[in-house]
Amino acid sequence: MTVLTNALRELAGLFVDDGALALMIIAVVVLTGVVATLLPEVPLVAGGILLLGCLTALLSSVARANRR
Amino acid sequence: MTGSLALIWPVVTAAFLASLVEAVEALTIVLAVATVRGLRPAGLGAIAGLGALALIVVALGPLLDRVPLHLLQLVIGVLLLLFGMRWLRKAILRSAGVIPLHDEATAFAAETAELREQARRNEARLDWIGGVTTFKAVLLEGLEVVFIVIALGSGRGMLVPASVGAVAACLLVAAVGLIVHRPLARVPENTLKFAVGIMLSAFGVFWTGEGLGVDWPGADLAIVGFAAMFLAVSGAAVVLARHPKAEAVS
Repeated sequence: MTVLTNALRELAGLFVDDGALALMIIAVVVLTGVVATLLPEVPLVAGGILLLGCLTALLSSVARANRR
Repeated sequence: MTGSLALIWPVVTAAFLASLVEAVEALTIVLAVATVRGLRPAGLGAIAGLGALALIVVALGPLLDRVPLHLLQLVIGVLLLLFGMRWLRKAILRSAGVIPLHDEATAFAAETAELREQARRNEARLDWIGGVTTFKAVLLEGLEVVFIVIALGSGRGMLVPASVGAVAACLLVAAVGLIVHRPLARVPENTLKFAVGIMLSAFGVFWTGEGLGVDWPGADLAIVGFAAMFLAVSGAAVVLARHPKAEAVS
C-alpha cells in the first residue's frame, strides 16, 4: 500500500509542484471553458483569457516563491 | 489524422530536449548504482524498468484512439500546462538564483552516499535495493518521456515524430553515458528545462484552447507566438526575481 501511495505521489509530483500554481491553472481553464460556452461566437475572448491567465499565474507563482 | 508540416520540427525538438533532461537524470542514478554495486544490479533494474514502461505503453497506447479528439486535446493540454509551467517556474527560479541549480554531480554524490549507507545497514540486500533503485528511476523518468511524447504527438497525429525525438535523446544519453561512464554534469540542464518549459506551456495553451473550441488565428503557427510570449514573460520574471547571488551561478 505504501509503495502504491508513494508511486501515486511521485506521479502527481510530475504535474504539481506549487499547489497554488496548479490551482490557478485549473481555475483559468475552467474560466476559459465558461467563457467559451457563453460566447461561442467570439472564441478569441476565451483564448485571450487562457493565454493571459496562464502568464499571470506563472508570474504570480514566481513572485510568491521570491517573497518566501 | 496527419501531422501539419509546421508542427513537426517544434514537436521533434521539444520531445528531444525534454527527453534529454529526463534521460540524463535517469543515467545519473543508474551510474550511482553501478558505481556502488556494479553493473549487474544497475543494468537489470534499468532493463526491468524499460520492460515495465514498454508494457504500460502497449497496454494504454491503443486507448488513445478511442478518446474523442476534443476531449483528448483538452486533457493533454491541461496536463501540458501543469507539467510545462511547473518546469518553467522552476527554471525561472533557478536562473534568478532563488533556488539552487540542479547539479548532476551533486545528485550522483547524494545517490551513491545513500546507497553506501544502505550497504552499511544491510549488505545482503544491496543488490536488490540497487536494482529497485534503477528500476524506479528508469520507470519514473521514462513515464515522463512517454507523457511528453503523448502530449506533444497525440493532438495532431504526430506520435511518430515525437517518438523519434525522444528515442534519439535516450539513445544519445545512453551512448554518451556508456562512453564517459560518469554523470553528464556539463549538460546545461536549467537552460534545457527553460526552453522545454516554454515549448510545453505554449503547446499546452494551444491544445487546451483547441479542446475548448478556440479557433486560434494562424492555426498551428499560433504556438510560435505563444512560445514568444512565454519567453518574454519568463525573461522578465527572471530579471525581476534575480538575486544578487544569481550573477555567480548563471
